[in-house]
Amino acid sequence: MSKVRFSSILKLTVLSTVLAFTSNVSADPVKAAFVYIGPTGDHGWTYAHDEGVKYAKEKLGDDVIMTTIENVAENSDSERVITSLARKNDIVFTTSFGYMNPTVKVAKRYPDVKFEHATGYMLEDNVSVYSARFYEGRHVIGKIAGRMTESNVVGYIASFPIPEVIRGINSAFLAAKSVNPDVQIKVVWVYSWYDPGKEADAANALIAQGADVLMQHTDSTAAMTVAEENGVYAFGQASNMREWGPNAQLTGIINDWGPYYADRIAAVRDGTWSSSDTFAGVQQGMVKFAPMNNNMPTEVKNEAMQAIIDLSMGKIHPFTGPINKQDGSPWLAEGETPPNFPDLLTMDFYVEGIDSQYPN
Amino acid sequence: MIKLIPRVENSKVMILLSPLLAMTLTALTALIIFIFILDDIKVSSVFFTLFVLPLTDSYLFPELLVKAAPLMIIGLGLSIGFRAGIWNIGAEGQYVIGGIAGGAVGLYFYNVEGFWLLPLMAIASILGGMFYASIAAFLRIRYQVNEILVTLMLTYVAVLFLSAMLQGPLRNPAGFNFPESRIFHDSAMLPIIWEGTRLHIGFIVAIILSFVAWFGIKKHMFGMQIKITGSAPRAAKFAGFNDNKTVLYSLLISGGLAGLAGFFEASGPAGQLTPGLPQFYGFTAIIVAFLARLHPIGILFSALLIALSYVGGEEVQIEYNLPSSITQIFQGMLLFYFLACDILIKYKVVLNKTKN
Repeated sequence: MSKVRFSSILKLTVLSTVLAFTSNVSADPVKAAFVYIGPTGDHGWTYAHDEGVKYAKEKLGDDVIMTTIENVAENSDSERVITSLARKNDIVFTTSFGYMNPTVKVAKRYPDVKFEHATGYMLEDNVSVYSARFYEGRHVIGKIAGRMTESNVVGYIASFPIPEVIRGINSAFLAAKSVNPDVQIKVVWVYSWYDPGKEADAANALIAQGADVLMQHTDSTAAMTVAEENGVYAFGQASNMREWGPNAQLTGIINDWGPYYADRIAAVRDGTWSSSDTFAGVQQGMVKFAPMNNNMPTEVKNEAMQAIIDLSMGKIHPFTGPINKQDGSPWLAEGETPPNFPDLLTMDFYVEGIDSQYPN
Repeated sequence: MIKLIPRVENSKVMILLSPLLAMTLTALTALIIFIFILDDIKVSSVFFTLFVLPLTDSYLFPELLVKAAPLMIIGLGLSIGFRAGIWNIGAEGQYVIGGIAGGAVGLYFYNVEGFWLLPLMAIASILGGMFYASIAAFLRIRYQVNEILVTLMLTYVAVLFLSAMLQGPLRNPAGFNFPESRIFHDSAMLPIIWEGTRLHIGFIVAIILSFVAWFGIKKHMFGMQIKITGSAPRAAKFAGFNDNKTVLYSLLISGGLAGLAGFFEASGPAGQLTPGLPQFYGFTAIIVAFLARLHPIGILFSALLIALSYVGGEEVQIEYNLPSSITQIFQGMLLFYFLACDILIKYKVVLNKTKN
């Protein structure tokens, strides 16, 4: 044991001496940590964040040391994990909504550490929030779904009834309806972000109810596998799930966090970091798409590509009036688009025409 | 053929030593796994981070106690029923209902200051947990429905009920429609007993409760009753013990304590009600109870041991990027070795030459 220790100390000393002579930059590398809700192998939400971390690492190289921790439940344990990370890092990214209050609590105790919380709304001097306009992605896949469904039933596997998920359902439905007035959307709530078993059950249930196109707002590839087996269509979620549904996946919504992570960590390195509120979409490149499957008719593909181009140029908004709420009361007037707050960020209603009951 | 033959006499020394033996075997297996998956320099430091650091680090040690407290309280309640052969597998559900009941009282009196609020929340949570467990007791006594199934199934119901409450009446009105309650105000938060940490009064309560349970089992008639009902049900009947009472009290006690633990979690480290309230304490406490051989004082130690595997497991994940399943692997190994030791204390292995 003591030999091992001695040799490692020796190695370290030599290494640090060499480093001290070779590098001109005196600054230490930025230590960045990421808290994940699922396993990096979910090929969905957490996988996409991890891809972003890899991208940032590649871009910043020796300027950054990354630490990641997976499967951190959204409960009081997360506060301990975040604290442990705050003790050793310069910036901590907490990548799920349920980490919001723990993040803010820890941030108050560690004012010199920067925090970045994904999909929340509580800003502090040392806490930024960031999220993506996933509903823009839903707009594109909604159009494809509306065209591709023959049964006119689109199945939607939803996680929790939070505004982000509701925005996705409404956006997908409005887009599908704009190309297919007869389309209906059926929603199954699984009350989990990552539960391959439940997600597969939900997919099977929706197919049994006549759905021939599936959408999901959960993190695993389970629904894609079920879609492939049953010969129905589906869309990748958060990352390209082509591997699990070579025929089923029409396209996928890809969350591209890499550039954002690289920017924010570089800002810490350069001493320019300040608290900010980011809500970026197709235009900023935070929401991207998997390649369109060749089994789609060219017109459908072109229509989807056009929607992506229009979104990236800011020419269209997935929520453009006139839109009524499910109960018939008016929401947006002709040509009107909603502000981020409160309409988008607190959305808790279905739009008119959705047949499912709002979960209460 | 390998056969297990009951030993005439069980070694008293081994009964005392077997938990230590199980721990040693777990540690040795862990060491072997680490030697295979890590390079040499890391093995000792990973080992240290996993098993020693949580006991010595000034931040991690109180966190270890925070994590152990609910396991102690729920484990104690369960151990009483388990002694009598009443299998409450759904303490998780009673924990959730207790958390909701206690939390709802705190939220109802939002921003009302008063020393009476915490006791009121505690009583509500105990009653909530008792009520939830009493459903299983009623069905078992009245219709002979198996309490294992009822308590387990009701756990899922409780979790969905929590979701419904957080979508509806208990949702934070200023919370952007996310399913979370308000953050509790100061009067509804448990007093911290170690300044600068999250260690709350629930830990003291857990220790007091375990001594109360120890005394109760030793001295009180009910303790005797559950013991005999569990080990010799026929004898218990002859002694005139009421079977239904045993079922009812066992479930009420374990349900009430699980409910109390739910309130401690909500008003302690969580500080609000969120969908993250259920975190498998109710299930993990089953391991805790058995590792302690259902002994109330032993539960204090087994809860600390399981808590150590959580806290240490997180730290090695952070420091050495090991997968999160490491915690479950250790808990599984620990229980496996412990049960194996127990079998070998009670039985001896005989290689049987088959004659035919």
